[in-house]
Amino acid sequence: MTFTFEAAVAERGFDVTLTVGPGETVAVMGPNGAGKSTLLSVIAGLLRPDSGRAELSGKALFDFSPGRSTWTPPHQRGTALLAQEPLLFPHLNALENVAFGPRSTGATMQQAKSEAARWLAEVEAQDLHERRPAELSGGQAQRVAVARALAADPALLLLDEPMAALDIHSAPLLRRLLKRVLTDRPAIIITHDVLDALMLADRVVILEKGRISEEGPTREVLERPRSKFAAGLAGLNLIPGNLTARGLETADGQTISGHVEDPSYAGGDLAAVAVFPPSAVSVFLDNAHGSPRNYFEVTITDLEPHGDLIRVRAGGLAADITPAASADLGLVPGLPVHFVVKAMAVAIYRA
Amino acid sequence: MNRQAYSGVPRWIYALAVLAALVVVLPLFAMVARVNWASFLPLVTSESALSALGLSLRTSVASTVLCIVLGVPLALVLARGRFPLQGLLRSLVLLPLVLPPVVGGIALLYTFGRQGLLGRTLEFLGLQIAFSTTAVVLAQTFVALPFLVVSLEGALRTGGERYEAVAATLGASPGRVFRRVTLPLVLPGLASGAVLSFARSLGEFGATLTFAGSLQGVTRTLPLEIYLQRETDPDAAVALSLVLVAVAVAVVALAYRRPSGGALQTSTQRTTTAAAPGGNVA
Repeated sequence: MTFTFEAAVAERGFDVTLTVGPGETVAVMGPNGAGKSTLLSVIAGLLRPDSGRAELSGKALFDFSPGRSTWTPPHQRGTALLAQEPLLFPHLNALENVAFGPRSTGATMQQAKSEAARWLAEVEAQDLHERRPAELSGGQAQRVAVARALAADPALLLLDEPMAALDIHSAPLLRRLLKRVLTDRPAIIITHDVLDALMLADRVVILEKGRISEEGPTREVLERPRSKFAAGLAGLNLIPGNLTARGLETADGQTISGHVEDPSYAGGDLAAVAVFPPSAVSVFLDNAHGSPRNYFEVTITDLEPHGDLIRVRAGGLAADITPAASADLGLVPGLPVHFVVKAMAVAIYRA
Repeated sequence: MNRQAYSGVPRWIYALAVLAALVVVLPLFAMVARVNWASFLPLVTSESALSALGLSLRTSVASTVLCIVLGVPLALVLARGRFPLQGLLRSLVLLPLVLPPVVGGIALLYTFGRQGLLGRTLEFLGLQIAFSTTAVVLAQTFVALPFLVVSLEGALRTGGERYEAVAATLGASPGRVFRRVTLPLVLPGLASGAVLSFARSLGEFGATLTFAGSLQGVTRTLPLEIYLQRETDPDAAVALSLVLVAVAVAVVALAYRRPSGGALQTSTQRTTTAAAPGGNVA
């Protein structure tokens, strides 16, 4: 099975090209309103794009390329959707809910029920057969919803933040469960949690303002982010700019020196990013000079606890310092400070 | 409910609320007080009374069935469809709620009557509707349909669309989604809508009199019989009114019955709001 997709929805400024290989799980991440849910709606057939085409296992889901107009309705697509809320049918018990998919695609009542029982066992809900959705906890309901989606035997499973509505005790169980069932099963999962991307996905796609800003194997994206959003996910500072002979030149003319990880660079403008961890940033009240360093004159916007440290946010950058250091410096929001980063700690590479 | 919970209702509101309740209850009480109990049974079991009651029940059942058969698709199209002039259609369909029934009767007469819009076609087909039992059913359907459409559309709007989308992605065809998801989810709304339609049909007077006339055993329903008796035999009118009040009380009790099982109460509370009987009718 291969999934290829390209579609534009003009009204929402959405324009995305995406492929999912056999057995691959792709995590889609991005800020709110980036078009993540639009993507799933278009794939599932709940929203009609203005143009583009998509194909799943050789079958056209839609084709609105010039001169064509093919549209497969949602129930013939084989793209089961699992949403943030379980959305179990309230008038059916758990077993009947899971049997709904097989029954819809032509299985007899008996076949459908045995199939449903198998999937309920798979999600560790074998003792919940007779329960109505109102009698299930949030975590149980979402597990039954996973079983229901899988029982429909989808060619591509669509998951829209399946863990977002769960409490912190139910989420790890469901995450383990998804890890098991998503192995060798093509799926697209929308998530805000970098842990989901790491555990469940082979590849991550960053969606910003209706367009893909970055994509690649999950580890690579988190280790070498090229977009502000991915850097945020990985907990890194990222400054975009152009590669020059001396380092990275930002839009406002500042040159950032660092370790240029591109020996083949021969000059000329090239989009690049400077990336460094918050732990490499020191905070000073005045301009302290020393060994090759980068200075940023910034104003503190926020102070927040970050593990044992205090995360200082200023000018779109973050610095992690000890609470003692923060108290010594008397840091408060609105205070102008200097962020200082050693050149050695800065990685500069192509965007 | 917790008796100690703070309600935040000013005291003077209670005084007005009592007044409001009296406006409804006092006239009913006055009527019951006027009932001649000695002759009650003979009066309500007279031939004309039984014939009128039977006709009322038969025609009301028929028009309720017609309301369901036609109202469910209409409500679904209004709630889920997207087409031009949808708002206008909704307003027009709801018009009988605010229209004087006698005006509805005249409108029906000029549609199905001999001189009406469809009269010639119907006559050609050998059908004569005006002043027949069919006319009674049509008149009742005309006034009762909005009740069903409004309460069902409300139920459809408050929930279901997301369930329907999930059902479709699981492979259910639109027909199967309608039968297995949409209808079960709005069943409480449909039931209360149907009960209200039945009640409205039972009480229908103006449109029936105008469009169907008052022929004993054919078009003279109970409200018409009561109106007629009022001139000649007030005791009979009061006794029959009491019968209608009893039927109405039974209908309201049925419509506002608390749902017993947890079957239709969802975790999201969506369908329970939808189930509030006739919540939007007023």
